Amino acid sequence: MTDAAELLSRTKELLAAHPPATTDRTDFLTARFDAGLAWVHYPKGLGGLDAPRTLQAVVDAELTAAGAPDNDPRRIGIGLGMAAPTILTYGSEEVKQRFLRPLWVGEEVWCQLFSEPGAGSDLAALGTRAVRDGGDWVLNGQKVWTSSAHVARWAILIARTDPELPKHRGITYFICDMSDPGVEVRPLRQITGEAEFNEVFLTDVRIPDAHRLGEVGEGWKVAQTTLMNERVSIGGSRIPREGGMSGPIARTWRERPELRTHDLHQRLLTLWVDAEVARLAGERLRQQLAAGQPGPEGSGMKLAFARLNQEISGLEVELRGEEGLLYDDWTMRRPELVDFTGRDAGYRYLRSKGNSIEGGTSEVLLNIVAERVLGLPSEPRNDKDVAWKDLTR
Amino acid sequence: MSTQPDLLYSEAEDDLRSAVRSLLTDRSDTASVLVRAESGTPYDPELWKALAGDMGAAGLLVPEKLGGQGASHREAAVVLEELGRSVAPAPYLTSSVIATETLLALDTESEPVAALLAELAAGRQVAVLAVPLSAAPDGPLPFGARRITGVPDAAAADVLLVLKSDGLYAVEAAGVTVEALTPLDLTRPLAAVTVDRTAAATRLADAATAEAAVRRGLLAGAGLLASEQLGLAEWCLEETVRHTRERHQFNRPIGSFQALKHRMAQLWLEVVSGRAAARAVADALATDSPEAALTVAVAQAYCSRVAVHAAEECVQLHAGIGMTWEHPAHLYLKRAKSDEIALGTPGRHKEALAELIDLRAP
Repeated sequence: MTDAAELLSRTKELLAAHPPATTDRTDFLTARFDAGLAWVHYPKGLGGLDAPRTLQAVVDAELTAAGAPDNDPRRIGIGLGMAAPTILTYGSEEVKQRFLRPLWVGEEVWCQLFSEPGAGSDLAALGTRAVRDGGDWVLNGQKVWTSSAHVARWAILIARTDPELPKHRGITYFICDMSDPGVEVRPLRQITGEAEFNEVFLTDVRIPDAHRLGEVGEGWKVAQTTLMNERVSIGGSRIPREGGMSGPIARTWRERPELRTHDLHQRLLTLWVDAEVARLAGERLRQQLAAGQPGPEGSGMKLAFARLNQEISGLEVELRGEEGLLYDDWTMRRPELVDFTGRDAGYRYLRSKGNSIEGGTSEVLLNIVAERVLGLPSEPRNDKDVAWKDLTR
Repeated sequence: MSTQPDLLYSEAEDDLRSAVRSLLTDRSDTASVLVRAESGTPYDPELWKALAGDMGAAGLLVPEKLGGQGASHREAAVVLEELGRSVAPAPYLTSSVIATETLLALDTESEPVAALLAELAAGRQVAVLAVPLSAAPDGPLPFGARRITGVPDAAAADVLLVLKSDGLYAVEAAGVTVEALTPLDLTRPLAAVTVDRTAAATRLADAATAEAAVRRGLLAGAGLLASEQLGLAEWCLEETVRHTRERHQFNRPIGSFQALKHRMAQLWLEVVSGRAAARAVADALATDSPEAALTVAVAQAYCSRVAVHAAEECVQLHAGIGMTWEHPAHLYLKRAKSDEIALGTPGRHKEALAELIDLRAP
């Protein structure tokens, strides 16, 4: 068993062998991966040391103190949070060896080809087809709302391999090469004026069978691993008081007394309290995870933050009065990341509308909380035992 | 040292919760709470003896050298969660928290203070601060008032802590006239208290010391009230979930309808959030954090709303049965609405917060 002391001494060895000040960023990250200090709970040889997940903090603190470069987890979040745990669970040894290191180092960015125009909240209704052709699969279809598709080298993808089965069956999970000539990425311009997401058109894309994750027809089960890991990653980081969207609005209130009204004051205080309580709830969730008592609260935090971001940014536009009538910039861009804090109130207001849609709509998350946490019965369904090809579309 | 509050429950706190819950389940089910409330004497002295004395709950805040358990606000908060879940009438908040915390902020070397604290900690006597239940920690105090209205649990008090113009006095129950009022919350009796001018009274502190101590008592009371509100909300949610799973209409359990599921899921989120707020304030009080006043304001502004919302949803989602006298939902609604006003309304707490976080009114 690898303990904190051993991790600390391994980290010091890494720093001594590769001084951050004089080592190239990629070289340092590669050396860190090979030392098993990338994600310590991963297996040896795959960036980890089979250590308890909670001990990652020991390594991170030491590296931060030494000014070591990080692997920019925001930029490669889909790879880290979703592709990697799925590859680890379902990938062959070759697949794990091939993909995990460049993924973690950030040399290869990943995106997720799940949602389709006809399969959003009802993801299992997806219609992208994958047909077997010798040692390959041939894919045709359209995906949507794909963040990072314009910079991604690889994608995790689910496609229908048997339309005769009910919709949750007959789905298979693949790794898709975004440089395949059949993959066309088109910017999807959004409400904010920029194109942070994309549409992805797949025309006769060939995927070798070696890039299948899990059994043929078991893709829904594999996708659950991906989606569960997506939810676990929420609530993992600590935010300070006024660290979220309540920060900009509180500062504006303090610095601009001429903008104050009694009505705005009441609403601001209510939202400040809500934001502080949500922060504490996130902290409590983090403490539960650290103590090995994971609770179901994670699924609730996204709901809380979506509502808060929307209400606070809406109030912020109002607080600015005449300035609230203006917008910073409508230029069409294709950013790699959402930049909430670098833009003005109007941008925050518009972008936060996506918070209750992306990664599961609030309505669907409320159903999940009601059924899985509270144990309430599900609504009667008429789509479970019908072949996918016979469903109404 | 970490500045993060400890928001979890310790093993000892979990054990305390189990003990209190099983006592209240055995001795204070909601049917008997209702029967006693209607009798006009809501307290069950045997229950109080078991909870306060035998279990030691009354002395949790009192150091061992003063005759208490030497525990903290974190443990007292757990007791209040359970009392909130059961709406049991017990002078716990008033005597074991507010009066006790007030006395602890006085000179505990002084003989009358130490003697009274020991009596309260052992559960042998009940003391109640003679201020209205609605008093906010930073609000006006009834210094020198002869008649004080809206005093909670006065009927159960052996001793009243009275603010005369020159300080704080302990007055035996025989020295006051307690005139019962008809309370919205049947499980927390209110009274108008008139102090007999000739009654024997023991002076505990001068006016300045008394004011600071009473404000500390009210602050701790307001902070731990959040835990009572949390327990109450939790019961309302659990009972509503249970009921809607069992109750059938349109040939389905009504809990399968999305309109209802979303409301219960939303409530769950509020309860989970309220738990973090209530734990934060209990921890801040226990560690005497400089943030105590801020966490009290946040928890009261939030948890008051959660408890009322939970009780209102409980009545609505129980529909017809929720409106009946025989179903306990009304006891919870009345307690929740009364708790909202108790020890400062959410609005008053938000005003206090505005000063503390420098978000001043226009």
